[in-house]
Amino acid sequence: MAVETKEVKWKRLPLSSNYAIAYAVKDVDVDVVSAYPITPQTTVVEKISEFIANGELDAEMIHVESEHSALSAAVGASATGARAFTATASQGLELMHEILHIASGLRMPVVMSVATRALSAPISIWNDYSDLMNARDASWVTLIAGSAQEAYDSIIQAYRIAESPEVMLPVIVAYDGYIMSHTYEPVLVPEDNTVVREFAPKNFNRFRLDVDRPMTFGTIADPKWYYEFKYQQVVAMRNAYKKVKEVDEEYREVFGRGYGVIETCCLEDADIVLLTYGGIYGTFKEAIEKLRENGKKVGVARLRLWRPFPAEDIVKTLGGAKLVVVADRAISYGARISGPVALEVMSTFYGDPDAPMIMSVIVGIGQRTVTENTVAEIVDYSFRVLERGKAPRETLYWGVRGVSYE
Amino acid sequence: MALLKDATSVGRIALRYEIRWHGRGGQGAVTASMVLAMAAIYEGKYAQAFPEFGAERRGAPVKAYTRIGDEPILTRAPILNPDIVVVLDPSLPKELYLAGVKDSTIFLINTKKSPREIAEDLGVPVERVYTVDATKIALEVLKVPIVNTAMVGALVHVVPLVKLENVKKAVLETFPGRLGEVNVLAVEKAYEEVAGKLVEVNP
Repeated sequence: MAVETKEVKWKRLPLSSNYAIAYAVKDVDVDVVSAYPITPQTTVVEKISEFIANGELDAEMIHVESEHSALSAAVGASATGARAFTATASQGLELMHEILHIASGLRMPVVMSVATRALSAPISIWNDYSDLMNARDASWVTLIAGSAQEAYDSIIQAYRIAESPEVMLPVIVAYDGYIMSHTYEPVLVPEDNTVVREFAPKNFNRFRLDVDRPMTFGTIADPKWYYEFKYQQVVAMRNAYKKVKEVDEEYREVFGRGYGVIETCCLEDADIVLLTYGGIYGTFKEAIEKLRENGKKVGVARLRLWRPFPAEDIVKTLGGAKLVVVADRAISYGARISGPVALEVMSTFYGDPDAPMIMSVIVGIGQRTVTENTVAEIVDYSFRVLERGKAPRETLYWGVRGVSYE
Repeated sequence: MALLKDATSVGRIALRYEIRWHGRGGQGAVTASMVLAMAAIYEGKYAQAFPEFGAERRGAPVKAYTRIGDEPILTRAPILNPDIVVVLDPSLPKELYLAGVKDSTIFLINTKKSPREIAEDLGVPVERVYTVDATKIALEVLKVPIVNTAMVGALVHVVPLVKLENVKKAVLETFPGRLGEVNVLAVEKAYEEVAGKLVEVNP
């Protein structure tokens, strides 16, 4: 689809990532929002309520009694052809888990924002990615944003991806709870949201509940057919990989901003490349730029697309390094390599004779502070690993009491 | 006039100011950090504001952060070595706000005391200490001891990080109606009444 490049007029607003998402929901003209409050997501739906009450967004706000119902209501709304949105975090995403699979299995193009947060017990209201990583196998296209601006842009892109006929899968736009959800920063929002609505028109030409054309959704599929349904989701995910890139390119043409599926810095001639995701990338990038000035051959990359996993781009981006260090903020308990993204990177390079060494590091669990110094320490350690020529076979738990590495 | 020379400079990233706010739950430290960042963003600068996220409750010590710069701000780490420390509550243990300060850190304190008295107490040169009785101003103007907007007013006089008019705009945006108007008064009063030697910001 050819899109005419337009001159877009912008307002530059101080917004948190939560508010940026609410603005995107308004600008992309969502029809139904169902929500149950949970920290640190709540201000997303509070702001949307305000937009609806002010008449700035013509949508139904459904106040439900739990996150399980929030997503169920979004699925129901989506089934009628409406553009549906919900938002959650942490225990809320866990309570939705059953419906995550129903939304994707029914091929409902719901979009959900997740302000990532640690899981109970013990109770932590603070950030990590344990909640999102638990949703890995639910067949949702999953983007992880690194700034409030990207959170805004990604919600708009998400509806284009979700509703495209070759995908028809729900999409999560995730970002760091607190570290981004409650941080104010400048965000460009179009003066006139017509341009957004033209970029992401609603797809009514899909299977939906219609009294004039009765059909049934979510019936039983016996062993003769269930597998084919699931394989179609495999194919849809493959298509989504291409679609995410296409939509991002088109978005860049119209709005002047794009992100690709992996963002990188300082990769040229880098012996060591760090890979991370979410807002913490900014801290990593500033640390790496400083280390570069001191002559350290080190680079950094940010994974923006988590599902489908951008394997080809990972190989292209990281394949030239001698050592890849994956900094995860979630733990897959009991696995020898327990960083979810580290596992994925390793499996991507499996069997490749030219593969870099790969090391898995856990940071920021329950929002344990990560500063530029933390990054510099990890880089120091990584250079020692590179000298030894052998990466640790187990994940490193960086900064936890009572554990140190030589 | 003293120059705020040692403002944080990260790599090739241009000069950046890092402000750390200390208060107690209910005094509005988090809102103060936001109002300053909003004013900077209205002025076309880059800025970032975020609280030190705790299980906040009334009376408990609260920290918040603002960064202001001419280039995009990428780091999301808490501010460990602030250029400016703003204390909304003089009863806070000084260890809390002296943590990680530099030889160049500037202090703005809500107190009846003079900069000299505070400087002696903190053991820092008087040139780097500024005081304002923001509680008095808040009680007079707002009728409640919420000092956040007054402290922002005092701060932008001490260190002209942003224009006063943009602070007022941010205050009116944050507090709609009459509440915004009286908070603008608090900003103006504190801007006038702050004591200490004024700082010139590097161009």
